[in-house]
This record gives sequence, structure tokens and C-alpha cells, in this order.
Amino acid sequence: MKSHGITTLSIQEPLIFDQGSEKRCAFSLPDEGRFGPIEQSIPKHWIREEIEGFPEVSEPELVRHFTRLSTWNYGLDTGFYPLGSCTMKYNPKVNEEAACIPGLSGAHPYQPESISQGALRLLYDLERYLSEITGMDRCTLQPAAGAQGELCGMMLIRAHLERNGSGRRRVLIPDTSHGTNPASVAMCGFEAVPLKSGTKGIIETDAVRNLMDDDVAAIMVTNPNTLGLFEKNIAEIADVVHKQGGFVYCDGANLNALMGMVKVGDLGVDIVHMNLHKTFSTPHGGGGPGAGPVAVKETFAPFLPVPEVVKEKNGIFAFNDDLPLSIGKLKSFYGNFLVCVKAYSYIRAMGARGLRQATQTAVTNANYIRKRLEGHYHLPYDDHCMHECVFTDRLQKKRGVTTLDIAKSIIDRGFHPPTIYFPLVVEGALMIEPTETESREEIDRFVEAMIDIAEETEKNPQNIKDSPRKTKIGRVDEVTAARKPVLRWSPGTDE
Amino acid sequence: MDIPKEMKYTKEHEWAEIEGDIATFGITDYAQNHLGDVVFVELPEVGSEFKAHEVFSAVESVKAASDIYAPVGGEIIEINSELEGHPELLNRSPYHKGWIVKVRLSDAGEAKELMDAAQYAEFVETEEYR
Repeated sequence: MKSHGITTLSIQEPLIFDQGSEKRCAFSLPDEGRFGPIEQSIPKHWIREEIEGFPEVSEPELVRHFTRLSTWNYGLDTGFYPLGSCTMKYNPKVNEEAACIPGLSGAHPYQPESISQGALRLLYDLERYLSEITGMDRCTLQPAAGAQGELCGMMLIRAHLERNGSGRRRVLIPDTSHGTNPASVAMCGFEAVPLKSGTKGIIETDAVRNLMDDDVAAIMVTNPNTLGLFEKNIAEIADVVHKQGGFVYCDGANLNALMGMVKVGDLGVDIVHMNLHKTFSTPHGGGGPGAGPVAVKETFAPFLPVPEVVKEKNGIFAFNDDLPLSIGKLKSFYGNFLVCVKAYSYIRAMGARGLRQATQTAVTNANYIRKRLEGHYHLPYDDHCMHECVFTDRLQKKRGVTTLDIAKSIIDRGFHPPTIYFPLVVEGALMIEPTETESREEIDRFVEAMIDIAEETEKNPQNIKDSPRKTKIGRVDEVTAARKPVLRWSPGTDE
Repeated sequence: MDIPKEMKYTKEHEWAEIEGDIATFGITDYAQNHLGDVVFVELPEVGSEFKAHEVFSAVESVKAASDIYAPVGGEIIEINSELEGHPELLNRSPYHKGWIVKVRLSDAGEAKELMDAAQYAEFVETEEYR
């Protein structure tokens, strides 16, 4: 049987600037004999100046160039992508099919409501599905990604406080939260107050009690946190915060560990954002854009962004802009609509039982990896994890091999590396999130690659330090790249 | 690991060297070692004022971006502009050429809260791989 991740023929490809020949063109302009010179039919300011060194290639040269480059890419359709805290799950193709339905893909944001009923109903229903999954009352689909969802949540809290004459300005941020959290808090004009997690890697209620006063607007909890641990004290913490007049914001980026099992609304959370491009299987990163809906308890409903989609008495769907207390618009029109279509498609295809099973499998897979790699790699927190597990390079460092070396060596073994050096509270962290979409066989192959790296570290650490060796470009000089970035290619600088 | 005796230290791995009402701030050898290669240092403006524990600078390495907290409060009277072109000084010479700012202290009493070299050495021991 052929094994995974072993290099076979991969076509080298020069720069497009080094290909082709003078006067070759991949595009046919209208026939000059019939239509006259092109300059006569196009306004002058639309015609570019001649660009020196501009590639002149034929259509097949052009197509082959970019197709070859595309084969160098690594994505979820190529292989395992265990990037922790990112939920890189496989994106089912049925989502794309739904998003390609002409009535949805061709819908114009200015077309009348009367011919947008299907699109409006989809938004209306998705809002309710997400509210149900999180145990909240209302939801906005507008934020374009997780961090904008956080900003939206903080703006809702500020609007609510101001409405009630409160000038609270501090927000508690645990050291195990996402890095975007303190940034969103600061952008909204609040002051981020660091909160240290306890020795077990989760927040202790007393730590919150000690920081809580009438200047604290909210606590922002990532649950499960970035150590992949469930914040067991969350209900008690919410109680402490609420009693002192504060709110509880949940960063729901890790919802893939809770979906269908736990409703964060039942744990005392007032506002939660979700990442459709993580939990709800819409494409991520370069394949995006994302979407970061925010679900809220009823008390925040009057402040939600406009417009909202409403269902009128006769069953007709409509936009409503008449929300006088609204924080306004966060994004043009109605958010990233087609991303919402894909998430809707996912939820409908999975059903309630399917979503629950996805969560169970995601958590089982992470714990399976944690158990199988235990002993080979150091586990800083030796407890059951949720959907991701965190190791360190403590054992390998004795042989001079660091987390970065391990990550580079995984590339040679045919996998995308996990998240490294995050969360910051763990020295030399390696954060692995397998998701539910990987098979037992794939996970076993990854585990064996990781064990192989640990064994090689003992026998010949230099082999690990020299990796990657099978890639087209070996170890890149990240330090010089960051200190002296060259952001634009120019002739003669390609080597 | 280098922990000079003449300096005072924080739990966030900053050092302060205090002479009269002037203090120099930087990050410790332990900090630079754990950050890895520093690629960018964000410097405050001369004349800006900071309270103790307030963020006055940020350091980016290939691994992460980290806030740097003022060990004691005061007004910035000088910044090390060499760091703009040569962030690697933080790695190469954390206690000398890699100093970040000089500050006129607002309350000399605050320095009492800081750790001395022996206390910091002990603290660092507990920090490795929690």
C-alpha cells in the first residue's frame, strides 16, 4: 500500500516573468479590421501605460502556470490540517452546491423584498437555529468574522450600559482567551484587565470575585478555553459577575466542543459569537470570507445591528431598519450572505442529532490523540480535554529540538503542522485540533508521524532540526523575513 | 541566564535600573530567550506618562507579540531609537544596548514593590513549563 506524505513527482515552475515570448498574448482583442483600433472604442483613461517586463504568454502557458502553482497548495481537500483553536474541519461540497443556487448566488442586495423571500427566510431561520444552538434569544448574522463579532458584542454591552446610565469601563480577560479579545475590548474603548487562570488551567471563581467591582462591565470567556479545557466554574462565575451588575461575553470560537451538547445561554452567558467558518463548516482562511454571528439574551435585542429580518403576520419576510437603540451597521448590507447559506446548508444536512454527534466525535478524537501521544510529548495539563489538546516540547528540548522544529518536521511527513507557541500561557505549546471530520486511519497516521518525530529526536535530533527537507523550499529564514520584509518582486531579485 | 545584581525585576520579566529619580527599563535575559528572535519593538513617545503595570511598549518576535509593562510609573524622557532599526539588540544585549526607555519616576516608593536579583532568580525557576 502506498503511504501518505511521501514526495513523488511535483512539477517545478519558473516565475511567469521568465516565460513566454514577445508579442504572445493569452487574450484576443476585437478584430481591428472590423472594429477599428481598440483605442477608439475605450476611453483613454482606461488604457494602461505599457508595463516594462510584463509577461507575454499564450493561454495554455498561462493556464498551466497557475494550475501547476495550485498543485503546490495544501488545504483541507488535500489532507489533515490540525490547526488548534481554528477548527479546520472539512467543508462539505453540498454547502457549495447550495450557495450556487442561482436565486441565492445571483441575488442583489438592492432587489425588492418581494423577489427575495427565499433569501430572507433563510436568514430568518438561520438566526433562529443559531439562537437555539447557543441557548440565546436573538442573533445577528452581520459581523464578517469572529473578531468583528467580538467588537459587536462589546458595542452591545457599551450601548446597554450607556442606556442605563452606567460608565463601567473595565473588561476581565483570562490569560487563556483568544488574542483578539483584549484587542476588541480596547477598540471599543474599554480597558482590558488580565485575569490569571488557576493551576488547573481554568478560571477560579475567587479570582473573578477579587477583581469584580462596579467598574467592571463584563468578563470575556473563551469556553472551552485555548488550553482545550472546559471552564467548569462558568455558571458560578456568571453568578458573581451578574450580582455585581456586569455581563458575561463568551468567545464561541471553540463552539465545536459544545454544539448540540451544551447551550452556553444556560450557563449564564449574555452574549456569544460564533465562527461559521469554524463550527459550521464554511471555508476558512484564503477560502473565506468568514462570518461571526452574535447571539444575545433578550435584554440586548433592542441594540442589535440593523437591518433585522422580520416575519410579518401574513408570513411575508421583510427587513426592518426601525430599531432606534441599534448600534447601527457593522457591515454593508446583511453580512456575508453566501457564507450564511453554507452554514444553513450544513445545519439542515446534519440535523440536531448530527450536530451533537459531530461534537462528540470531535472531543473523542482530541482525547484519543492526547492519550496516544502522552509519554511521547509533555502534557502541561493532564486532564480530559475538549476538542483540542495542548502538548509542549519539554521532552524534546533536552535534545535541542524545539516546537518549531517539530512543526517543520511534520511537513516532511505529509501533514499541515498544528498551531505552535499558542496559547501563550504554555511554554513551547503544540496545539492539536483534529475535528470530527478525520477518520481513525488518518488520525493514526498523524499520531505515528508525531511518534516518529519523537523517536528521531532521541536518535538523530539534527534530522529534525534540518527539516523540512522534502519541500520545494527548505527552512525559511523567518527572522530576516520579519525584520527586513521584501513585499514586492522586482526583476533580478527572484533568487 | 544573566540576572544582574544592580537591577530590579517584575513578574512580567521587565527590569528597571534606578538611579535617583531616573529609571531605565528593558526586558530580561529570560524574557528575550523565551520570546525568541525579536523582530519589532514599539516605542512610546517621549513625554508620555505611564502608571506602574501599564503597557508602555510592545515587542514582536517570530513566536508572538508581547506587551511590556512599566515596572514603576513615570514620564518617558528618552527612548532607545536604535531599536527601530535593530530590534535584535533586545536579544543580543538585553541589559545594556537593548534598553527600551528612560523614565523620570513619579513615585520613588513604587520601586520597593519590585524583586531584587535573588528573588527574581527564584521566581524564574517556578515559571519554566507549568
